Amino acid sequence: MTPFAELLERLVFTPGRLAKLALLRDYFTHTPDPDRGFALAAIAGDLSFTAAKPAMIRELVTARVDPTLFAWSYDYVGDLAETAALIWPGSRAGTAPRLSDVVSILSDTPKAALPAVVADWLDMCDASERLALLKLITGGLRVGASARLAKIALGEMAGVPADDIEEVWHGLQPPYGPLFDWLSGRAPKPDAAGAPVFRPTMLAHPLEETDAAALDWSAYRAEWKWDGIRVQLVATPQGRRLYTRTAEDISHGFPEILAAMEFHGVLDGELLVMRDGEVAPFADLQQRLNRKSPGPKMLKDFPAGVRLYDILFDGDEDLRALSFDDRRARLEAWFAHHQPARMDLSALIPFTAQADLAELRFGARAASIEGLMLKRGDSAYLAGRPKGPWWKWKRAPLTIDAVLMYAQRGHGRRSSIYSDYTFGLWREDGVLVPVGKAYSGITDQELAFIDRWVRAHTTSRFGPVREVEKGLVLEIAFDAAQRSNRHKSGVALRFPRISRIRTDKPAAEADRLDSLIARIPAGGPAKGEALVEEGD
Amino acid sequence: MSAPHPDTWLRVLPQGLYCEPGDFFIDPLRAVGHAVITHGHSDHARPGHGGVLATEATLAIMRVRMGEGAAGERQQPLGYRTPLDHRGVGITLVPAGHVLGSAQVVLDWQGSRVVVSGDYKRQPDPTCAAFEPVPCDVFVTEATFGFPVFRHPDPAHEIAKLLKSLTIFPERTHIVGAYSLGKAQRVIALLRAAGWDQPIFIHGALASLCALYEAHGVALGPLLPATGAAKDTLKGAIVIAPPAAAADRWSRRMNDPLIARASGWMRVRQRAKMAGVELPLVISDHADWDDLLRTVDETQAPEVWVTHGAEEALIHALSLRQIKGRPLSLVGYEDDEAPEETVAEPEA
Ligand SMILES: [Zn+2]
Ligand SMILES: [Zn+2]
Repeated sequence: MTPFAELLERLVFTPGRLAKLALLRDYFTHTPDPDRGFALAAIAGDLSFTAAKPAMIRELVTARVDPTLFAWSYDYVGDLAETAALIWPGSRAGTAPRLSDVVSILSDTPKAALPAVVADWLDMCDASERLALLKLITGGLRVGASARLAKIALGEMAGVPADDIEEVWHGLQPPYGPLFDWLSGRAPKPDAAGAPVFRPTMLAHPLEETDAAALDWSAYRAEWKWDGIRVQLVATPQGRRLYTRTAEDISHGFPEILAAMEFHGVLDGELLVMRDGEVAPFADLQQRLNRKSPGPKMLKDFPAGVRLYDILFDGDEDLRALSFDDRRARLEAWFAHHQPARMDLSALIPFTAQADLAELRFGARAASIEGLMLKRGDSAYLAGRPKGPWWKWKRAPLTIDAVLMYAQRGHGRRSSIYSDYTFGLWREDGVLVPVGKAYSGITDQELAFIDRWVRAHTTSRFGPVREVEKGLVLEIAFDAAQRSNRHKSGVALRFPRISRIRTDKPAAEADRLDSLIARIPAGGPAKGEALVEEGD
Repeated sequence: MSAPHPDTWLRVLPQGLYCEPGDFFIDPLRAVGHAVITHGHSDHARPGHGGVLATEATLAIMRVRMGEGAAGERQQPLGYRTPLDHRGVGITLVPAGHVLGSAQVVLDWQGSRVVVSGDYKRQPDPTCAAFEPVPCDVFVTEATFGFPVFRHPDPAHEIAKLLKSLTIFPERTHIVGAYSLGKAQRVIALLRAAGWDQPIFIHGALASLCALYEAHGVALGPLLPATGAAKDTLKGAIVIAPPAAAADRWSRRMNDPLIARASGWMRVRQRAKMAGVELPLVISDHADWDDLLRTVDETQAPEVWVTHGAEEALIHALSLRQIKGRPLSLVGYEDDEAPEETVAEPEA
């Protein structure tokens, strides 16, 4: 438990990806089997216990601590497991149990005996270990690292590409003995034949003006680029999985899609919330992505679907070496044959010249369209981001002139710089209302300029946040504006970023909220429009 | 005749805690004619008093921090455990274990005894004399960490976390935010005890206090100024700085800095997160919950007055032990483990 608890604690406070990788590498290198395997399972979400309920924890604590003091402390700390971990009386009376022992004892202990077992463990642990233990056994563990990151760390440790680990991953169970045997050089690579493994995705480059000028447009096919998330559907006789394009397994979050995968094959498409074939704004999909296991109401109110645009395997036949045009023909034939529920097919957008597409792209203002995808008809499906075969041609961003309201220090390299900004627009009654936050888009010099400005114009401070005078106008670029009940302004911006600092503009002349609301499209995309997207 | 109850001769006035028969204040919150000072933290030791009675080390700290002129018109040093009679009030200073020179003020008046502890801790600390409990009728205590969730771990364990981090991130400069009086020197001493014998880099604001500690016999090992040090020499080095500087512009000149913070508040995740630190180290110069209660028990005081901090929970816990608790609600004592707001670095 000790190294695991230390790892969790460090990950919670470590914002940088490289630093997280270093912590994970260190942990996997120095922790013996099978503990590190169970830790990997905990990070991957494959290790969850629900035997211990919060009520049990509360009872254990209040049997030892005055209830008034416990209630005040809970109030102060704000988290039950953390309060219990900190307030548990007595200091470490022994050695914390090993993670693997916790796992095996939990699965062997009858429910009635559990409180005594847990109390014993808590006596043996220090505060960080108690917190890790309580989070683990109540199913409340949130690790500050994804499964993918852990696999990258393992790959770096063993000198193996992370995608090779993905390929064998789904044939294995915690604590993944064969995986660690292979990574330690004790055994050959485990055989994943037939397992529903993730296949590395093909990604597109953004199309810049110089690229567009040199493009042989007749060689390309066009599709809409929709605003969902890119997914890979994998179904084999051994199981079904839904992956993101970074190989995160999100199967549990989308049971209706899993249920509809009555086929064997690997398909590439866009995950969207769709109502009667109409795509809902990204905010709706976000609701689903936030839930690990959605309830019936969630499933009903935010129904998910997949818009298919590529086929990688038909059954166990690998189609990736075929050209896009050939795969497209296979996809259409496959779709006609299987007619899977909750899925529809991408349509290609017919065009004869670049000008046709430029016009379409310019006109694409529906909240759920990000732009266009261009794919070379003769290109094979290649892992990674090869330059040339696929382009994403995002529509030009919209912009508003907003007023800086709050600034917050960033993380990692930027932890000493005010680099996260909340900006607002003027309401009719002259009040400035926040409409969004932006973290990116400017150069280091511009960043330094805003940092200095923030420090010189602070009106109040709350922790790492400073409120500033309403005096600096920022031009904010964004992809779309959507209605939102969760924002005070009633509007949410998609991908807001700072495009420039408008020192030339007085704050009073910044944009009004009304003018932003006027730019919210009335509905989703019109029915019958070609509906394919390649999100990322 | 029975001894007078302490509340007949020790009162709370707007200036602070006042001993009437002796006509002096203890840690007054504004300038007064006569002050007894428990320790050198700026909320306890304020400038501009007439006469100041304190340990020699506390007086030296006051002179360094506020300059000769402001540290009291008449300074009177008093050694530990050396009773002094002042207008019939016995004044004795006893180690409080908080920072160098820190003292509890033991007051005896007509057979009744009050101990004003100032800030104190019970964990061992190589940089100052250890707290000694003194039996009394009223014990006046702080309650900075007066919540049962604050239970400080062994500081050696926290220092081990810092040293382990240096093996995982050997290129990164580890900047430890630590209050410049007491915490900084304690962290340095703990590092030395853990075997770290490389030079430790310090922020300019710490230089004079570190020198003062050294002059009082607290060995800190090789210290170098962090300002002006070449970026390369700071790779994998430990830098100690006041918390505000560690989290701010000053740290940008370091190499991919990793910001740590040594404070009792680091125990609670949300507070550590708000501080924006990457490596929280739970090292405190205040008594934790268990030690507050243990100390009250050891003084055998039937009544406890709480000067500042989370008094509500402590007074509730005392009532469960049949001890009478009274909040003094002295406004003006700050929490010296919270980040200092601004730290000017003196010219080198
Ligand atoms: Zn203090
Ligand atoms: Zn204090």
